[in-house]
Amino acid sequence: MLDLLAVGGLVLLRDSVEWEGRSLLKALIKKSALCGEQVHILSCEVSEEEFREGFDSDVNNRLVYYDLFRDPLNWSKTGEAFPGGPLGALRAICKRTDSGPVTIALDSLSWLLLHLPCTMLCQTLHALSRQDVCPGDSSPVRQVRVLGLLHEELHGPGPMAALSSLAQTEVTLSCTMGQASAHIHCQRPRQRPTHQTQLFSILPDFSLDLQEGPPPESQPHLDPHTPPVDPMAHLTFNLRLSNKEREAKDSLTLPFQFSSEKNSRLYCTLGQVRLPVTSSMSQMLMMTWTKKTQMTT
Amino acid sequence: MSAEAGKLTLLCDVKTDGSFLVHHFLSFYLKANCKVCFVALIQSFSHYNIVGQKLGVNLTMARERGQLVFLEGLKSSVDVFFQAQKEPHPLQFLREANAGNLQPLYEFVREALKPVNNGEAAWRCPVLLVDDLSVLLSLGMGVVAVLDFIHYCRVAVCWELKGNMVVLVHDSDDAEDEENDILLNGLSHQSHLILRAEGLATGFCRDVHGQLRILWRRPSQPTAQRDRSLTYQYKIQDKSVSFFAKGMSPAVL
Repeated sequence: MLDLLAVGGLVLLRDSVEWEGRSLLKALIKKSALCGEQVHILSCEVSEEEFREGFDSDVNNRLVYYDLFRDPLNWSKTGEAFPGGPLGALRAICKRTDSGPVTIALDSLSWLLLHLPCTMLCQTLHALSRQDVCPGDSSPVRQVRVLGLLHEELHGPGPMAALSSLAQTEVTLSCTMGQASAHIHCQRPRQRPTHQTQLFSILPDFSLDLQEGPPPESQPHLDPHTPPVDPMAHLTFNLRLSNKEREAKDSLTLPFQFSSEKNSRLYCTLGQVRLPVTSSMSQMLMMTWTKKTQMTT
Repeated sequence: MSAEAGKLTLLCDVKTDGSFLVHHFLSFYLKANCKVCFVALIQSFSHYNIVGQKLGVNLTMARERGQLVFLEGLKSSVDVFFQAQKEPHPLQFLREANAGNLQPLYEFVREALKPVNNGEAAWRCPVLLVDDLSVLLSLGMGVVAVLDFIHYCRVAVCWELKGNMVVLVHDSDDAEDEENDILLNGLSHQSHLILRAEGLATGFCRDVHGQLRILWRRPSQPTAQRDRSLTYQYKIQDKSVSFFAKGMSPAVL
């Protein structure tokens, strides 16, 4: 799962009420900060104190915090609100001038999606995550990684699909064998999509503890967003066959299948004249008429 | 249940009536000497007072001594239409053609729980209680507006004043109310504790009125091993609620 930090682009962390994703987001932020990266955090849902809780000074010193929690809609009129609101905060992150690899954490994308038009948000995310491309600039390419926390129950299939199309990596949090697990779907340019499941736990200091997980799935999920549905569930009849039933089925000859035995039974006797099997009744009648004519002459 | 500060507790009910949880928290925090702002949109003051007296609290006296600030939605909604208001009424949105936001209601809550230093008795942490948020959707508010209201209340009550919030939302379950589902899930993600009262899957029972699922979220420190969810069944009695493990009702043992 630490490969998530090795590539740039948009990483969606999809969590649910049952399995919250902020802890994993903080663990990835800590990892990035300890690698020497600058980390920009746009926080909409929790206070700065709560978000920084659990980080030591080495990590906290590398965090650039954009506070959208205290007064996101400028209700207090105290001047403490972020200028321009949510969109202004995102644009401020876009305009940052620091060099070197950068991680941008959005906590959360769901809050932004509820308050901004989906198209505008997607355009901004595209601009954010593509800032590693600097045309006409001879300086080394900067790697930009955007970590977006997304509460998947809050959005319909349209916005979710739009965000998925922008993301290079999607991490869906759930439970596997009683343990927190991350289902990771990577879709990198010019590469086949990969899918893996990783068991993990997050330690009190927000270090990531990866555990031995289930064996890799033999068939990748075609749609990682919808869980596989068992069509055999909740049926009142049995669709499966036992071995004996399968053998009987395989040995059964269907009525429309011709065999030599059936062919011989289809020959009929008309005064000791055996008429061949014909494919149509008209041909049979013609042959009968021809035979009768021959017999009378 | 200990009263931790700065927490949002979400109450929800599905296929049953979860109002007994509202009455519990109201009496709990009043007995704990907390300053309580109760946004009561569903029942009258006398209803809550009658139930409160069974639980050992007198809402009339609490209101008179300044411990309880009670917004009676049923009565106030009439005032919005028939009384001239100098300032925006907390339920001002009822007069507006286009459902705006709930900033006036937020201002009311903020003013109600603002610490005062005029020699009055010092109360413990402030508490905001809302019964219930689903009715705001029925009154025409958008789900984002309701979420924004709760967001600002969290900032003011939980973060600034280190108080607690308890809000009730109904789960529409099979009714496929998309906005209510977004409201419920959105609040669930913000909550520290979720108490979900559910009707029994097998239907009504005289001795078991439902089951309560308790879900802890957003621990301050992530831990590998933690009890995240517990489920109990319950029976509501005249002055209390008895809880027991699933299938362990005294009536069936």
